[in-house]
Amino acid sequence: MSKTYFSRTHEYVTVDGNIGYIGITDFAQNALGNVVYVDMPEEGDDVAAGEEFGAVESVKAASELISPVSGAVVESNEHLIDNPRLINQDAMANWIIKVELSDPSELDALMDEAAYKEFCATEGAH
Amino acid sequence: MNREYYGKLIFELSRQGRRGAIVPDNGCPSAPKLPDHLVRAEAPELPEVDEPTVVRHYTNMSNNNFGVDTGFYPLGSCTMKYNPKINEEMAQHHAFSGLHPAQPAGTVQGALELYVRLSEELCRVCGMAEFTLNPFAGAHGELTGLMVIRAYHESRGDTKRNKVIVPDSAHGTNPASAAVAGMKVVEVKSLPDGTVDIEALRPLLDDTVAAMMMTNPNTAGIFEHSVKEIAAMVHDCGGLMYYDGANLNPMLGVARPGDMGFDVMHVNLHKTFSTPHGGGGPGAGPVGVRKGLEQFLPSPRVMRDADGNYTIECPEEALGSISATLGNYAVLMRAYSYLLSLGGEGLRLAGPLASLNANYVKESLKHLYKLPLHGVCKHEFVFDGLADKSTGVTTLNVAKRLLDYGFHAPTIYFPLLFHESLMIEPTETESKETLDRFIEVMEMIAHEAAETPDLVKGAPVNTPISRPDDTAAALNPVVTFADLKAACND
Repeated sequence: MSKTYFSRTHEYVTVDGNIGYIGITDFAQNALGNVVYVDMPEEGDDVAAGEEFGAVESVKAASELISPVSGAVVESNEHLIDNPRLINQDAMANWIIKVELSDPSELDALMDEAAYKEFCATEGAH
Repeated sequence: MNREYYGKLIFELSRQGRRGAIVPDNGCPSAPKLPDHLVRAEAPELPEVDEPTVVRHYTNMSNNNFGVDTGFYPLGSCTMKYNPKINEEMAQHHAFSGLHPAQPAGTVQGALELYVRLSEELCRVCGMAEFTLNPFAGAHGELTGLMVIRAYHESRGDTKRNKVIVPDSAHGTNPASAAVAGMKVVEVKSLPDGTVDIEALRPLLDDTVAAMMMTNPNTAGIFEHSVKEIAAMVHDCGGLMYYDGANLNPMLGVARPGDMGFDVMHVNLHKTFSTPHGGGGPGAGPVGVRKGLEQFLPSPRVMRDADGNYTIECPEEALGSISATLGNYAVLMRAYSYLLSLGGEGLRLAGPLASLNANYVKESLKHLYKLPLHGVCKHEFVFDGLADKSTGVTTLNVAKRLLDYGFHAPTIYFPLLFHESLMIEPTETESKETLDRFIEVMEMIAHEAAETPDLVKGAPVNTPISRPDDTAAALNPVVTFADLKAACND
């Protein structure tokens, strides 16, 4: 049983056991426009909640990736190297990194899908 | 233009053996041959075309270009003002056009005098002590300016200053230049009106701050009223103030960065001083410094000795060279020509007229486009897309539709302060008739967006190319005929 959590900086983490799949949300990919490059950490690197772990570059802007959780990277999505536009096609399916969570309690600070939807509605009206 | 017939690449027009000109035999049968190792094994793949085909090809291609000479170009943040033709005439003056950059100073006294005079004029306009005219572009100027700042801190033995503060509305080149200069970029938030949030700035100021970079007016076209207070705060913590001159146009002859407390700055001659923008150049980004920082300017520098002779110097303490020559010299000549033809009075009119034009367009359209920042703007302003977003027509669509009506699109999706930024800068050189036509077209597009949204979403329909896949082009650029052949064979 997996569950997805969302951050205020528009990253998601889908948690399955102690493994989290981190990517950017559909709202984020839509705001960024066509993605041309994804800068991501390698297997074995550590990421920390609230800290930058890479960047997404689109035709409009370059945007930092902020990790919603802390942990060790067990895999980065290599498909994105050759085909970064996969993020535009399906942001939720095309995660960027897979991490082993070091502190699952960090998930409590994130939003669930309903809360995130509401958050995006206010962002869009901004 | 018949695109199918005249829109081909020059290589596609090539026919074996065809010639544009017949070169006569040189009459020197005994001329020495090239050494074997320098002779290429195969003939280069060059197009073989007759003269009329060459002329038509390039003339048609030039007609596909859009420039400030062909139409209105309200590209915010880029100051696409008209480039007076007298500048071109001056830049081609025979007394200058044949000079070589490596000529001894004694043989180019006039050229060096012009360099110094332009530097002095820029000092008067900007309130600085000295300008180097060597940097080749605005971003090159930024990097040079940051290197000057680093050299200044290092000269005082203050080596821990590695932080550069930039507002979140800054031009992308600001953080990029700071990173290239080896500094750490720290972003400071804007207030809802787009100006720097002083309370957010305060905690960032400590003894590691090398500089704060600011554009004034900022990228939303709003004057930073607190600039003197900000400068005092940054100076109190030992940092320097850097002025990005991208938006100098409305300030010309009205307010000087030096008086606002800035220590180092660059100007874009290809924006404010009417020299041409090119796709990549040649530009010019002179860097000015306040009194006390002159010795950190890059080499070579032009000096005047006691006898009134100009010399080219490479002082020891300078940060070294950032260019092989004294800048893009012909660009400098155009800027100097502009300054002399306007004179002090003319220059003082440019900024207020640019601001008047921007406010006129803004006020005329704010009932149809969302205006996030109210009040008087300077030379440019930002709409946050259409006022009515219900039909899903985006800023990108509006920009594309403008092309159909013969206007260059404004800057879109910048600044990042708003989601649907549409940044308009008409400049002072446009007539009221041109502005009225632009306003009329923007109104039409807003109505089209409401009534026939699909038309606007599919625009442009009148241009030679409609909507190329710009992402695919960025990812897999086809820039040579060989690339094209390879791509077609795939």
